[in-house]
Amino acid sequence: MNQKPIELILTRQLASYLATPVFIIDLDGTLVFYNEPAERIIGTRFEETGAMPASEWTTVFVPTDEHGAALEPTELPLMVALREGRPAHGTLWIHALDSVPRHIEATAFPLIGQAHERLGAVAVFWEAPV
Amino acid sequence: MRVQLWGTRGSLASPGPETARYGGNTSCVEVRGTDGAVLVLDAGTGIRALGAMLTPAARRVDVLLTHLHMDHIQGLGFFEPLFSPDVEVHLWGPRSRTLDLRRQLARYLSPPLFPVHLRDVPLVLHDLPADAFTVGEFTVTAARVCHPGPTVGYRIVSPAGVVAYLPDHEPALGVRRFPLAAEWTSGWALARDADLLIHDAQYSREEYADHVGWGHSAIDHAIAFAALGRVKRLVTFHHDPSHDDDDLECLTLAATRAAAPPFPVKAGAEGDAFEI
Repeated sequence: MNQKPIELILTRQLASYLATPVFIIDLDGTLVFYNEPAERIIGTRFEETGAMPASEWTTVFVPTDEHGAALEPTELPLMVALREGRPAHGTLWIHALDSVPRHIEATAFPLIGQAHERLGAVAVFWEAPV
Repeated sequence: MRVQLWGTRGSLASPGPETARYGGNTSCVEVRGTDGAVLVLDAGTGIRALGAMLTPAARRVDVLLTHLHMDHIQGLGFFEPLFSPDVEVHLWGPRSRTLDLRRQLARYLSPPLFPVHLRDVPLVLHDLPADAFTVGEFTVTAARVCHPGPTVGYRIVSPAGVVAYLPDHEPALGVRRFPLAAEWTSGWALARDADLLIHDAQYSREEYADHVGWGHSAIDHAIAFAALGRVKRLVTFHHDPSHDDDDLECLTLAATRAAAPPFPVKAGAEGDAFEI
């Protein structure tokens, strides 16, 4: 077991105090944490799922565009931020694990350490107004 | 490997009869290898007496700074080996995002705060590398830890064992039930399985509640952190300037009894020495 980078640890601690839903992924794209407000939107608790590899979390919520077309995992804002090292924003529809479809907006940004090392990415997201 | 404490006080030197047993000098620890290598951890006011003892025998001394808060650098200008032509002094410390170690240190080691310019002091300065580095028999790993500003803790490995030094560290910051899992705990990788952990324990549990985010630990947190790291011995450090000797003994004893850790806990005192 390896310790997470301090930047990831502090981001998780901040996220655990926010009312804004937050996803945190590490350098491999693994979803290493989501906070309680995010749990309400995706319909399950982090304590139940634990960390999820990118291959799982990018598909388990069945993200689609406004026309119902499936989004490629690489198109999701978090994965864009991780891959390209830049902020990314998107609007998408997901089928949460409580079977409720939700329309969300997500803004993601990369986590870059002081030595310019890439550490992962963070997304904040909201349910879009109906 | 021999570890000796030369300054154990946090934040501000606090000499006086009420702190005579544990000492009033700020952070400074000597680590001496069997091959004669000398590491000095932090340059608080405790470094002055250490410097007087080192010369003239030493030929090279490596000073490792955890960060540049004043209580960790204030003794640097009074470190005798700096002004000895026979001693090579290497200084290691974290750079900030925009300033290297030299530029950061020069803010203090220059007039009007100090009469001598840093450029006139024969120091070999090193921004801490991302990877482990060696000094004599020691392999040193520095990693950033939870404390305001660029701050590292150190893990020092020698053939004799492992010493971890985290004098300013708040791993409980933002954690509702400390500790979290090891992988999510600041500093854990530095401390794991150490023979000796020297760790911040500035506050009592009650005092910590009023100092969340200040970058320091309660004694209880230090014990829990040490248990998480499965260390063999904990020395608490960076004592609050307002704690006199009796306070320190009572607080440490109470926290240790409550936690009942499977390792010895001692409040670090100036002059304490540990053989590893």
